[in-house]
Amino acid sequence: MSNPILDTFFEETEELLESLAEGLESMQGAEFDKETVNSVFRAVHSIKGGAGAFKMTELVNFAHSFETVMDAVRSETLALTPQIMHTLMRSADCLADLVDAARSGRTISEEVTSGFLTALQACLGEGEIEAVDAWDNFEFNAVTLDIEPISADASAVATVETPVLSDTDQVQIGFQIDFRPHAALFTNGHEPALLFAALGDLGQMTSRIDMTKLADWSDFNPTEPRLSWTVDLRTDESEISVQEVFEFVHGLCDLTIKPLMGPPPSPNGEVSTDSTGAPNKSVAGPLAIAAIDIFGPEAIAMPATPLTAAAPAVVVASRAKAERNDDGSDAKAPKATLRVDLDRVDRLINAVGELIINQAMIAQRLQDMTSTRDDDLVMHIEDYRLLARDIQEGVMAIRAQPVKSLFQRMSRIVREAADATGKLAELVTSGEGTEVDKTVVERLADPLTHMIRNAVDHGLESREARAAAGKPPMGTIRLSASHRSGSVIITVKDDGAGLNRPKILEIAKRKGLIAPEAELSDAEVDQLLFMAGFSTAATISNLSGRGVGLDVVRNAVQALGGRISIATTPGQGTEFTIMLPLTLAVMDGMVVTVGGQTLVVPITSIIETIRPLPSDLHRIGTDETLLSIRGRMIPVVDVARSLGFPSPGTLNAPLLLLVESENLGECALVVDSVQDQRQVVIKSLESNFGSVPGVSAATVLGDGRIALILDPDAIAGGRVTSNYPMTNILSNAGRTAYANA
Amino acid sequence: MQMLEDTTKSEVEFVTFSAGEQSFSIEITQVREIRRWSPVTALPHAPHEVLGVMNLRGSVIPIYDLAARFGLGQTPENPRNVIVVAMHGGQTVGLLVEAVSEILSVSREQIQETPDIRSEMARQSITGVIPIENGMTRVIDLGAVLHPSNRSVA
Repeated sequence: MSNPILDTFFEETEELLESLAEGLESMQGAEFDKETVNSVFRAVHSIKGGAGAFKMTELVNFAHSFETVMDAVRSETLALTPQIMHTLMRSADCLADLVDAARSGRTISEEVTSGFLTALQACLGEGEIEAVDAWDNFEFNAVTLDIEPISADASAVATVETPVLSDTDQVQIGFQIDFRPHAALFTNGHEPALLFAALGDLGQMTSRIDMTKLADWSDFNPTEPRLSWTVDLRTDESEISVQEVFEFVHGLCDLTIKPLMGPPPSPNGEVSTDSTGAPNKSVAGPLAIAAIDIFGPEAIAMPATPLTAAAPAVVVASRAKAERNDDGSDAKAPKATLRVDLDRVDRLINAVGELIINQAMIAQRLQDMTSTRDDDLVMHIEDYRLLARDIQEGVMAIRAQPVKSLFQRMSRIVREAADATGKLAELVTSGEGTEVDKTVVERLADPLTHMIRNAVDHGLESREARAAAGKPPMGTIRLSASHRSGSVIITVKDDGAGLNRPKILEIAKRKGLIAPEAELSDAEVDQLLFMAGFSTAATISNLSGRGVGLDVVRNAVQALGGRISIATTPGQGTEFTIMLPLTLAVMDGMVVTVGGQTLVVPITSIIETIRPLPSDLHRIGTDETLLSIRGRMIPVVDVARSLGFPSPGTLNAPLLLLVESENLGECALVVDSVQDQRQVVIKSLESNFGSVPGVSAATVLGDGRIALILDPDAIAGGRVTSNYPMTNILSNAGRTAYANA
Repeated sequence: MQMLEDTTKSEVEFVTFSAGEQSFSIEITQVREIRRWSPVTALPHAPHEVLGVMNLRGSVIPIYDLAARFGLGQTPENPRNVIVVAMHGGQTVGLLVEAVSEILSVSREQIQETPDIRSEMARQSITGVIPIENGMTRVIDLGAVLHPSNRSVA
């Protein structure tokens, strides 16, 4: 997959699929306008177009059928029944699958696609979907050698330089497109005729061919394109849709799109001007001569006609248009985005992290220099701090992504799960705009999928049970995201029957997960769901209950530095809450001292800090200690000793961190003192040294010193073993004093 | 000698420094910078020559006591100690030495192969010796210093 054009196609298809899903979503609601239907249609159409360019026959065929149905919806010959809406949604899923398959080079069994094709067919009734033929609606008009119109237009444009908005008898009726393909366009397998066919879809088109550049037969080079075309397109489509036609040949041709001016269409004319778009166009339109593409200005080639004189106006126009987009008055136009290599962003994030630390060090230093206190300097340093924070937030925001795409995928999961279980379910999402680190979004997909499936499969009751409980037959899964004090909260809530605690307890006892005589609180019973090997489904369904339980979900969430909790109301439903850090580059940690060393313990694993009474500590064996807390015995781990640091050895009244370990349950870590609780930037130890047992990473403290981040699981699990002779550890420990000097 | 073969120039430049009262040198292309000593954070269960880790503009780099690595005893604490920051592969490390002496420009012929000495550790980590004014300097194979376990393979 090294073809960059193909990569671009898939990237863009990804975006198109998103806008497709989004459009369908809003079509499902009561309020949607024609533009929404158009956007769905355009998305499918663009996918078809792109796929055609890469000869992805299956994808093209499917998209074509989809497009035909959408066309019928668009032209209002097909009413949107819930049935048809469902078919469209599922077809969008199938389209996404086909794109996926094309990307990975897999094939999707024809049965699957043909099922959807039949369903799409059924939507149209008898109306057959005609076979894909790009040439169908394309006609070449008379080829006349006529340069006159260009110069005529050029003069028209030239007058525009002095804004002639009062000119009322000339309105924009479409676009004039000058198109001169480069040789690269043909070597990349593009075909102007197909582009014109696509243009023809947008409106009424007349084209003129310019053969003036044709060379003599004597020095004719067949691989060098000499022809160019001028196309007058009468359309009420936006300039963006015209640009979309040429999206794949961007940079492979000289392309100029300018508004086509003409008398306003007669009332019985076939071309009508979009009344809502007209005011905008009358201002920006005449000036927007060249294709507006802020990232590739070099691609805009002005023809060597008097048109070049208008070039300065072009820039102004594109900027004016961009500004209008900013203040949101033209919300339909897509936002300008920039694709950047993730590595570059990460480098920037690293550098900014250093800037923050550096700032803290300078501020610290300044504070220490009380004798030479300079108020101005203090003020500047404060400004520096604020600026550095601004930069940090800005840079972090680059990595942040809205959870929207993730949530959109979930609506598909609900549809599939509902179909498979014979339940009726809908997904209601909120807070899709909540932004989370890209990696978090990616790694959340699997656990969230699992939870959504669970919610439909286990959470919602069967239709009969819902009817008996007086609930509407349609079950609702609510998926929401929000920011709360530096964390992202994601909740999955169903309106089902709630957890069946006696059943959970019974299963846990039967499976030997807890002692038969154990008495558990409600909260503890709920927690049993997260235990490995727990599955309440009586029969193994297709969806959940495959032995992969909520413990996998919990592990995935914990791996992201998050936590998951559960709340249930009998008869009203269950709510799972995932709490995640905003980014993986920083985490909340408790700064502690152990054996004279400063260490950081991840907050997520700490349950509480306690200073137990000597009577709560019980020695067992030669040097093991147990802590009795609320009637339970928990092992006490001397962190200093397990890390090979000098240990005070006195366990009379130690300060203990109660941590939860993945495998061993709770365990108490002995620390000397707790200094602080703060956000720390995570630095890898592996890149320059290697993994260190008991330590997950390192961080840089405000004074520039490095503190190690403890891996509580490894410490608690006793997995910290030394590969080196004991004497080394001792001598190492002895040097701690030197290191601290 | 592998690292020496990379250069086609006949002149090779080395940074020489003293550790454990002996003179060592590494090729200048491997040296990133020379820093003042600053306190390090000890690593648990690290080999004895690894003093700990230091913050180098946001990267966490391990600091090796070169004298300890060659069995010459630990470098005594001294504010004049310096850290030679060097690159090996993608790895950035710091070498604690007593002092940096000079930059030595020698022709390839001047580098003699390490004579067949007894000490396994020295033979594997020292790729050659260069005679200098007051004796000689030992050319270090940084890879062998950092990854002692690979020495038998090297």
